[in-house]
Amino acid sequence: MALLEVHDLRLSFGGLKVLHDISFSVEKGAINSLIGPNGAGKTSLFNCLTGFYKPKAGSIRLGGRPITGLPPHRITALGLARTFQNIRLFKEMTVLENAMSGQHCRSRHGIVSAILHLPSQRREEEAIRAVGMRWLDFVGIAEHAHRHAGGLSYGDQRRLELARALASTPALILLDEPAAGLNEREKLDLVHLIRRIRDETGVTVLLIEHDMGLVMQVSEKIVVFDYGQKIADGAPEVVRADPRVIEAYLGTED
Amino acid sequence: MSDEARILPVPVQPRLMRWSFVLPGLAALACALVLPQLANAYVTEVATTALLYVVLCLGLNIVVGYAGLLDLGYAAFFAVGAYTSGILTAEFGFNFWLTIPVAMVAACAAGVIIGAPTLRLRSDYLAIVTLGFGEIVRIIARNLDITGGASGLIGIERPEIFGFKLMQVQHFYYAFLVLALITAFVCLSVERSRMGRAWFYVRYDEDAAAGIGINRVSAKLQAYMMGAVIASVAGCLYAAKMTAISPESFTFNQSLLILLGVVLGGMGRIPGVVLGAILVALLPEVLRGAGTYRPLVTAVALLAIMLFRPNGLWPDKRV
Repeated sequence: MALLEVHDLRLSFGGLKVLHDISFSVEKGAINSLIGPNGAGKTSLFNCLTGFYKPKAGSIRLGGRPITGLPPHRITALGLARTFQNIRLFKEMTVLENAMSGQHCRSRHGIVSAILHLPSQRREEEAIRAVGMRWLDFVGIAEHAHRHAGGLSYGDQRRLELARALASTPALILLDEPAAGLNEREKLDLVHLIRRIRDETGVTVLLIEHDMGLVMQVSEKIVVFDYGQKIADGAPEVVRADPRVIEAYLGTED
Repeated sequence: MSDEARILPVPVQPRLMRWSFVLPGLAALACALVLPQLANAYVTEVATTALLYVVLCLGLNIVVGYAGLLDLGYAAFFAVGAYTSGILTAEFGFNFWLTIPVAMVAACAAGVIIGAPTLRLRSDYLAIVTLGFGEIVRIIARNLDITGGASGLIGIERPEIFGFKLMQVQHFYYAFLVLALITAFVCLSVERSRMGRAWFYVRYDEDAAAGIGINRVSAKLQAYMMGAVIASVAGCLYAAKMTAISPESFTFNQSLLILLGVVLGGMGRIPGVVLGAILVALLPEVLRGAGTYRPLVTAVALLAIMLFRPNGLWPDKRV
């Protein structure tokens, strides 16, 4: 059984069909990519998977459990985390506080135990802090823990988004254009980091990316979208040779 | 590069209060403690009002400053507390202290009734709904028999503690001081906890907060209820101090003044909110000499503050 199974997913806004009967799956422990020209519906698909959009039809299963139509926070709690295409950090808060946000759904102490300063509440706070630090260290920005997130360099902000998502201890992480705006060196670091996420933590990765070099380098399977439809699905070399993919990217000859 | 070999930096647990605040804080507390001994009844009365506003502004700060919800009807929860305590002591002979938990439960219930359906809305709609709620509570109080109608409720019992009856202005000054200190401690504790952070996440980016696993409606509702509970406790003590309350103590103007205190000082941060609350209570007294020009002078002062200190007089350095 695949970790993520999407079956006949359909999404429309009013009369506009955004996704037509999309089906694909992501195996546990894989690094897969979604590619396609701008406006092909990739981010819309991410928004369906994470509960921000309600699909019109079809089903999404995570580890065999249906998650179709659940609210975003429930989906995150079930083990699916995401990053955003345009970085969405809590810029006014510290880097560590950002990373700690991922642990919210894994902890339980509320207002009353915070007022009473219960020992179990203090211990939980320390654990949340430690997990946040662990992931900051994993992505390599631990020394900035007490700075404001908004003051980080662009590349470090991208890393922080990753750390925050990883801090929710997901089974699957969705990365929406993680290489956007990065220079060549930072892209290489990102490839390395994406591999480490899978190899060292066992988290499955699904990414949307425009940088073909990066996609071909890192993915084991690629799903190609065009006009809200899936036009190809397979290993990088297979997809690269697919005439429909070439047509979608380069146009037809006539 | 192997991770195993490296030592993780030790996460720093933030102290409840930074040292730079402890000394000035203690000095302020010492001043607050001796004030009624040195000042006359008028000054003590004004200072008591200032402490009432400190409690109310700290409560509203949870809703507005932490969770980022614009609440224009906060006085309604103040009224719920005052009327619950007033009715129970004056009509049913309850002990004052027993009315506090009842008022807290009543405020929670009111918070859920108004919050559960509306906190799904984005802030502009919420402001309108809370504005309406504030008026509804005041009009209900005006029209029910049990609340004494437009003339209000009289003969509210004075509270007793260990056989000592709170009677004079000084007694209530100290009672409000204790309440303000407890409220500040509670706010500080929650601000640096899991739920406090969740409120800030929701305030700064609601979608990102939902995407990272925070139930935004539940987080907002909890902020709203906690604010309501604090206002209701302040209401209980207010009713006991006044011994008579009327619907006109809980108008839209009252809600606006509390909101003004939060925004004026710098929302989201306790010292700023305390400063704002004190200013709101003192301003009318200080400007008494201006006579009929008072609203004009107040307006000019507020405009100047908004122009030169748009984040408040003592702003949150995060913003």
